[in-house]
Amino acid sequence: MNRTYELMFIVRPDMVEAELDKLISTLESQVATSGGTVKSVERMGKRRLAYTVRRFQDGMYVLLTAEGSGALIHELERRLRVTEPVIKFLTVRVDEEQKRLDKIKQIREARKKKAAPAPAETGGETGGETGGETAAVTA
Amino acid sequence: MAEETRTTSAPVGERPAGEQRPGYRGPRPAGGPREGGRKYFRRKKVCKVCKFCVEKIEAINYKDVRLLSQFVAESGKIVPRRLTGVCTPHQRRLSTAIKQARNIALLPFAGRPS
Repeated sequence: MNRTYELMFIVRPDMVEAELDKLISTLESQVATSGGTVKSVERMGKRRLAYTVRRFQDGMYVLLTAEGSGALIHELERRLRVTEPVIKFLTVRVDEEQKRLDKIKQIREARKKKAAPAPAETGGETGGETGGETAAVTA
Repeated sequence: MAEETRTTSAPVGERPAGEQRPGYRGPRPAGGPREGGRKYFRRKKVCKVCKFCVEKIEAINYKDVRLLSQFVAESGKIVPRRLTGVCTPHQRRLSTAIKQARNIALLPFAGRPS
């Protein structure tokens, strides 16, 4: 059973870049050994936290998208919990939401085709929004 | 926006118009039914249409802080549907996303005075 998960975690702001690289590569290798695939790793940079976490006011956000089973996520979460520089993490399953979005998109496309001569609706679709999302997070 | 939440339970309808009680400073400071006029509280309508339906925003994501913060009060509370006009399915997704964002410290939890 393959599912897509988003693993977002915050590391302490005073962490060295090289150490972060090491942490990410160990996570990636863990994903690979558990039979999953890493889809993307995105560093969203330093950002102010909305509240203090372990006496830190800001932290470095990392977003890791991975595909795999629930056991893989279980292992990754355990790893993050014992890794000291990681101050917070959140796992969200995204494939079902993505499926829903794709379905809506498909229905919209079909409707657009049906009403071809009519002026097509200007699409505020998901493609344009992903850029905005990351910008919002890093800002 | 807090004053209209609890006014419906106030027993203003029972009070005979024009009666003076000692120490009674009238109904609420603002917006209550005054002398003999309407007896019922009229809810202030702020917004009528769902932003997500109108702009066709389907993806309500916890990472999109700029979008979510429009539906969070300054204290960190989720703004109720009757004030923002968001439809029920979208409010449900919105509140889930806001709660996720709170968990990863993108949005504050409610309760902090500011």
